[in-house]
Amino acid sequence: MKPFIVCEHVDFGYENQDAVIDLSLAIYPGDYLCIVGANGSGKSTLVKGLLGLLTPTAGTLTVLEELQRGGIGYLPQQTAAQRDFPATVGEVVLSGTLSRRGNLPFYSRREKALALRNMERLGLMGLEKKCYRELSGGQQQRVLIARALCATEHMLILDEPTTGLDPSAIQDFYRLVRELNKKDHITIVMVSHDIRNVILQADRILHMQQQVLFLGTTGDYKKTMAGRDFLGEEALGGE
Amino acid sequence: MRLIGEMLSYPFLVRALAGGVLVSLCAALLGVSLVLKRYSMIGDGLSHVSFGALSIAVAAGWSPLSISVPVVTLAAFFLLRITENGKLKSDAAIAMISASALAVGIVVTSLTTGMTTDVGSYMFGSILAMSRQDVCLSVLLSVVVLCLYVFCYNKIFAITFDESFARATGVRVGFYNILIAVLTAVTIVLGMRMMGAMLISSLIIFPALTAMQVFKSFRGVVVCSGILSVACFLAGMVLSYGLSTPAGASVVLVNLAVFLLFAGIARLKHFNIG
Repeated sequence: MKPFIVCEHVDFGYENQDAVIDLSLAIYPGDYLCIVGANGSGKSTLVKGLLGLLTPTAGTLTVLEELQRGGIGYLPQQTAAQRDFPATVGEVVLSGTLSRRGNLPFYSRREKALALRNMERLGLMGLEKKCYRELSGGQQQRVLIARALCATEHMLILDEPTTGLDPSAIQDFYRLVRELNKKDHITIVMVSHDIRNVILQADRILHMQQQVLFLGTTGDYKKTMAGRDFLGEEALGGE
Repeated sequence: MRLIGEMLSYPFLVRALAGGVLVSLCAALLGVSLVLKRYSMIGDGLSHVSFGALSIAVAAGWSPLSISVPVVTLAAFFLLRITENGKLKSDAAIAMISASALAVGIVVTSLTTGMTTDVGSYMFGSILAMSRQDVCLSVLLSVVVLCLYVFCYNKIFAITFDESFARATGVRVGFYNILIAVLTAVTIVLGMRMMGAMLISSLIIFPALTAMQVFKSFRGVVVCSGILSVACFLAGMVLSYGLSTPAGASVVLVNLAVFLLFAGIARLKHFNIG
């Protein structure tokens, strides 16, 4: 199987400061990879790089042809402005199909059908005329996933998706992502702070602090020092 | 009706109405994006910069538009840039720039012509300010803005709602941001002399806020704020003619009244559902 994305000794950074140093990583179809690390460890910079919004300052980044030009679904961190944004669920989900239109001005029936299908898939039927700002946090995340799935069926990149959700919504959210990964074989790359849940969910972990501290399976991660430090002893004791 | 017929018999009023309707329409459409992206104060900052540029142009005897359009466009670029870089807090930066520009304008005017009625009319607007050239430019501006909002509507929505996602799906976010900034700059320069430097930003902010009270979809908000803005402008002009009050301030007051009305409706609706 050809990997979707291959990084070979890649550096990413802004101006004269590198936020990500010497990173080598391959992401294969069907992967469920979690990127963990402290604040300012370069996680968000790496995500921008994977999305093609930053060019590497060193090394090579190879992205499979079919993922280029908007072939990666992206779930950015929510901004304050979005919480009171006047838009219907339908409008938000439909905006995910934008990359399929190129420079054509309006949406066609095909895009509308695709948006509808993804709303159905995420249990959002009957909400399409509802206002985004009136939804619960969990529902808002579902809307954003539906939007990302309109852009691609291959790969989703989720940036701190559980921030601000209540505990039961967080569990629902992980179940949903797991289902997308296992049933629909959508590759998942998730940046997260929520390490306790992440080790129950992801197949592979990338722990970084500018450089790679650990990259491998979740099982191995729990045994390493980097994992132990980050998880804390009591978290492992409870396993 | 008689009042309106009487108004239309003055050529300068017809010019003011035509130009004003077009400028209010543009301001309302651009305003929806600016307000939702938390850039409301950019309108205010730019109008003060426009005042400064205008005073310099008048003092030097240049044509006002040829100076203020490029200067204000430059200021718009600059304000967006600092907002994006996040080095200076953008609200503080805007406050700083607008006060400085206002001060430059006042010093330049008092050194040359002195504080005449001209300055007052820049500050608070004058109905006589719309020239034929201004009306032509307003037509051009509104054609561009309408085309942008009709043909690039989906992209405008994506950028306004979620810049990061839009960028990831391959929309040229920077280009559209600059386009919106430039169009806002031209709108403000055109509208400023009629509405006044102090009041022009209300044309950008009020219609969007009013429409957001009642409408829940982006499309609804855009369409409603365009219609509201034109309606409020016309009502304000009739009021100003009938009561002999300054045009700009009358338009702002009508906008405020409609905003309060819509906010009341929203409150009532909320109670009925809840």
